[in-house]
Amino acid sequence: MWNPSPPRCDASLRRAWRHPWVFAAVVATSFATQAALAAEPILVGNIAALSGASAQSGEAITRGLSLAIDEVNAKGGLLGGRMLKLVQRDDDSTPPKGLIAARELIFKEKVAAIFGGIDTPVSLAMTPLMNKEKMIFMGVWAAGTGITRNGATPNYVFRVSAVDDLVDIKLLKYAHQKFGAGKAGLMLINNPWGESNQMGLLAASKADPTVQIAGVEKFENNDVDMVPQLARLKGSGADAIVLVVNAPPGAQMMKSRERMGWMVPVISHWGISGGRFPELAGPTAGDAHFVQTYSFFGKQSTAGARVLADLKKKYPQIKGPEDIFAPVGTANSYDAMHLLALAIEQAGSTDPDAVRAALENLKGSYAGLIKAYTQPFTPDSHDALGPDDYIMVHYEGDKVVPVQ
Amino acid sequence: MLVASALLSGLGLGSMYGLLALGFYVTHAVSHTVNFAQGSTMMLGAVVCFTVWVTFGLPLTLAVIVALAACTVWGALVERVAVRPFVARGSDAWLIATVALGIVIDNVILFTFGKDPRGMPPGILTTGSVTVAGIKIQYLQALIPVVGLLLAAGLHLSFQRSRYGKALLAVVQNKDAARLMGIDVERVIVAAFAVSGLLAGVAGILVAPLFTISSTMGTLFGIKAFAVAILGGIESAWGVVLAGLIYGVAEALIIAVLGSNYSQIVTFALVILALAVRPRGLFARAEVKKV
Repeated sequence: MWNPSPPRCDASLRRAWRHPWVFAAVVATSFATQAALAAEPILVGNIAALSGASAQSGEAITRGLSLAIDEVNAKGGLLGGRMLKLVQRDDDSTPPKGLIAARELIFKEKVAAIFGGIDTPVSLAMTPLMNKEKMIFMGVWAAGTGITRNGATPNYVFRVSAVDDLVDIKLLKYAHQKFGAGKAGLMLINNPWGESNQMGLLAASKADPTVQIAGVEKFENNDVDMVPQLARLKGSGADAIVLVVNAPPGAQMMKSRERMGWMVPVISHWGISGGRFPELAGPTAGDAHFVQTYSFFGKQSTAGARVLADLKKKYPQIKGPEDIFAPVGTANSYDAMHLLALAIEQAGSTDPDAVRAALENLKGSYAGLIKAYTQPFTPDSHDALGPDDYIMVHYEGDKVVPVQ
Repeated sequence: MLVASALLSGLGLGSMYGLLALGFYVTHAVSHTVNFAQGSTMMLGAVVCFTVWVTFGLPLTLAVIVALAACTVWGALVERVAVRPFVARGSDAWLIATVALGIVIDNVILFTFGKDPRGMPPGILTTGSVTVAGIKIQYLQALIPVVGLLLAAGLHLSFQRSRYGKALLAVVQNKDAARLMGIDVERVIVAAFAVSGLLAGVAGILVAPLFTISSTMGTLFGIKAFAVAILGGIESAWGVVLAGLIYGVAEALIIAVLGSNYSQIVTFALVILALAVRPRGLFARAEVKKV
């Protein structure tokens, strides 16, 4: 049987410590290690649609994150000088690609946190992995209710964006207040995001029956003609359409509405702002009023003026607010990055449990782009924004402007 | 109103399926082979038309001509690359070869045109309309069935009446006899595939203003058009176009009556049922074989 001898170095070590040069060497090594650690960047991942129909959404998120990272790094970084570095992957708006990218960022790149993009199905697919691997996930666009309210304990998924259930309340209320609608027809994309909103809209109508649901119609991404669905809604007495879909099929809906000559008000979730909606939908694109969390038009806060100026400086093609496409992606991701940076600083490390605890109890207040955040997250609520933070906008040409 | 509106919508969409399915008919009539990349050819027509007109800023007429020429050449190329080599060896591998070539062109367009769907600028065909019995009809909606029916009539007449059309039909009856009669069989077959590409190009240009233009826009169209071709019996130009109209109207009516959730299930179930009752298609006659 192998019986190793106990270590007999205690006395020698004690003797060695008495020599000043040994002590100096150990101290020097310790400082060198700390310096090396300080120089090591903190990687943050971004998994979003960087190509395809929703590529503009991914680019908008990239801009917001990059701007916030520049600001944090300009102030000396985090945790005593560690710079933030962005690592991006394209999810191509498909859940499997999102999952592959998430695994790569977690296991290979070893990022401290991951930001998510526009597609609810992609974020929903990644959520269980984030909680299993204890990875901080910060949603900055996808609004599916189940992303943050996922039932996991502990929950590592946070969001600085709209939430379907709350948006749905807002959409029905707006349909009534703006257009006097009493019966809304739902036009929903046939995927988990559409289902999430179907439940939310039905619940919102049940809670406040001012606007009833006239009917629910679904369609696919590749559907050319949605006149039959619209005709059903018209037949059931709908006096407004509530639309939940991304830009290309949303544009098909607008074209079908125009074709059948039913110029009913359209109140939309914000998916239509993530692509070339005005070009795809044609002349009636401006008829769709949709929800956003921020607009660079109008009087800006201190943060808004600063970000607008920085965007112009960093991206020369931006001459003014009208050149900022998908502004919601930029605004949400900018604020989310700053909140994460504050949490890492408060946690004193990038340990996911410490960062999660810090996010859930963020000290002080942060004057962000969308609002001044005071304890944006709690253990019970991982959503930083609520209905009071939503605004309604529409397209004027290619510009997204607030509805007067 | 609901049914009338669905009928109108279905006729427009059905004409599109019929137009694309005519391409299957043409090649099948001549060579008993089809181009399964027909949906991709349709996409090519829309993409080339958009690129020449919108991206390069050239006149629309020129864009249409270039797009149709591109689709015609592409159709001929499909025959030379993906059909002829396999048929010559008595192989049915042209089936997958045409599918594969379709995937190749889809991906080439993906990398050159981009993943971002684009939209045709509005024109008189999409903004102008007439109202009949309270139903608004866009000019383009009215034009599509007219083009479909005219092309079907043209094909029917050219096959039945013209010398070249008769030569095309002679090839499928007996290639060797046709060759002995001085008909250039290879040229006839490649011409049929070129015409098939041309028809897909027409469909692509007509559908582009109604849809978003992208490398994947033809996939579902191609599948539905093939279902339509089979449903129509694939051996009659009229049958194929009528089957397209029936399919389009059925699809729209199912959505209008039962709701959108059931459209694909019921439509394809009806196709299976129709083929179970009439295995050769709705409008085909049983082939007579001399023994």
